[in-house]
Amino acid sequence: MGAAREPHIPERSAARQATGPRTPKSMPSPESSKVSLVNSTREVRAWKKSILTLDSGFKGLMTVAALVVLGIVGLIVAELVQGSALAWQKFGLHFFFGSEWDPVSGGFGALPFIFGTVVSSLVALFIAVPLAVAVAVFVTEMCPRPLRKPISYATELLAAIPSVIYGLWAMFVLVPILRLSVEPWLMKYFAWTGLFDGPAYGIGMLAAGVVLAIMIIPIISSITREVLIVVPQPQREAALALGATRWEMIRMAVLRNARAGIMGAVILGLGRGLGETMAVTMVIGNNPAIAKSLLAPGYTMASVIANEFNEATSDLHRSALIEIGLALFIVTIIVNILAGLMVWTVTRGTPARTNA
Amino acid sequence: MPKRQISLHRQMTDYFFTGLAASLSVVVVCTLIAIFAYLVLKGAGSLNWSFLTQTPKPVGEIGGGMANALVGSIMILGIATLFGVPAGIGAGIYLAEYGRNRLGQLVRFTSDVLNGVPSIVIGLVAYGLVVIPQRHFSAFAGGVALAIMMVPTVARTTEEMLLLVPHAVREAAFGLGIPQWRTTISITLATARAGIITGVMLAFARVAGETAPLMFTAFGNQFWSYSAREPIAALPLQIFTYAITPYDDWHRQAWAGALMLVILIVGTTTLVRFVFMRRMLGGAR
Repeated sequence: MGAAREPHIPERSAARQATGPRTPKSMPSPESSKVSLVNSTREVRAWKKSILTLDSGFKGLMTVAALVVLGIVGLIVAELVQGSALAWQKFGLHFFFGSEWDPVSGGFGALPFIFGTVVSSLVALFIAVPLAVAVAVFVTEMCPRPLRKPISYATELLAAIPSVIYGLWAMFVLVPILRLSVEPWLMKYFAWTGLFDGPAYGIGMLAAGVVLAIMIIPIISSITREVLIVVPQPQREAALALGATRWEMIRMAVLRNARAGIMGAVILGLGRGLGETMAVTMVIGNNPAIAKSLLAPGYTMASVIANEFNEATSDLHRSALIEIGLALFIVTIIVNILAGLMVWTVTRGTPARTNA
Repeated sequence: MPKRQISLHRQMTDYFFTGLAASLSVVVVCTLIAIFAYLVLKGAGSLNWSFLTQTPKPVGEIGGGMANALVGSIMILGIATLFGVPAGIGAGIYLAEYGRNRLGQLVRFTSDVLNGVPSIVIGLVAYGLVVIPQRHFSAFAGGVALAIMMVPTVARTTEEMLLLVPHAVREAAFGLGIPQWRTTISITLATARAGIITGVMLAFARVAGETAPLMFTAFGNQFWSYSAREPIAALPLQIFTYAITPYDDWHRQAWAGALMLVILIVGTTTLVRFVFMRRMLGGAR
């Protein structure tokens, strides 16, 4: 703490002067009381001044720390905009609609990556939302009290595992399962949808979606739990008193009231999924192609940056990657703000509560 | 008591959805158990003394370890904590004690934005800010990237924890003639200490497993390095590098590294949960 650097100014003795008798050494004798009073007035004034200086110094220091936060975001924006200028000048808006990605000849279009990011996140939401909402509903409304803490702790632990470990697990455990059993099954029974064509590699959009789903379940379920908890208790009691079964009570009194917040939680999960890098990079297959099949390998915005940035040889290539980063930055910010607003509409006005 | 007049259909629907929610919860918990089981199963066998003391062996040679990555991770995290925590706590103090104004709102909003920025983007920015001017990858650059990620978490928890301290405590301090800065440091901060340490450790645990921001900053290193100005190995980076190679022995080591990283992170968060959280809630509420 920077303010601790200036402790030599005698504020400690000054504080004592203000509150009680002065130190015995300078205890005023009756005959010198007049002089001492003058002195002490002067000292008090000096003391006041030193406190004000210190106080404003401390406040200034803390303000600087707060401004650091603004500065960081400002630097991020500046850095991304400046870094992507070259690609922006060359390709303009077309950058986001071109599907050619050829670092050798210098043609860059980000569409395959945008497609991959969006599709893998949607697959993840499709899998994660029912699971996460079910966990939240189960924990807050249904499950016996002793089970609540362990289950919510378990979902929180899922959030603590680093992305790269999910990737490792997905590569060596999830992908073989997908390749050998899940994907052949999907190809057999859901081929008519056209989403499950082609050879079952294991790695691909589906694998990325599944691992992303596991990663975003904790955030969706913990925020859903928060918004479920703030639904007023009398509302539940009213529904039950009218003869509703527990599920009817949950559906009509709880979920309906919390739906904006749950939607917010889902969008927050989406924001998390969009920017997720390592786990996805390890299982999506890293092939910049737009395929209809979810079993085909894809590529995402985050993983192309991770894979190619260090190897980028031309300035244009690097600049194109930074532009993808800028796009990712903007999209996640918009998504997060939207989600924050939706959660806020439900939880506003209620004090933060710890969930039992 | 009269017999409940609930139709069979409604009763069945209720049972169905209760069962559904319960079984989906079981699925989620089982996924967690599966992940941990695999980590322990595959990692524990390789987590031995040489893993903890040796540097990576060249491709093809069996053995070696991640000792340098462990040291590298500690260095990077140390640098990150050194920069990130004071800035975060300072911003948190500002928000809690002085932040009821336009600037406070802006900072609060900005730190939430920063919290949502994908880690890979932070890596790109740290590359532009530190690596390019220095003209080489370094542990310092990695530390800066992680520090940026720590700031918003630390700031917001510090703010929350300081706001939990009753206002009467501050007023009592002012009444004794203690200046505001001193009140904040010795009384408010001290009261909220457990909560703030919790926040710091959670932020630490969160960035400890980050890989993406280190790829273009710390870069990784197969050898020992103790310098903040050199490229340096880090545990998550090493796990990633090993995982995507085709060598079985490296896969084995990646699992061991992963186990170690998880023990570190889950250990931190669990410790925080059971030691500090209890004290904090007991003390401040």
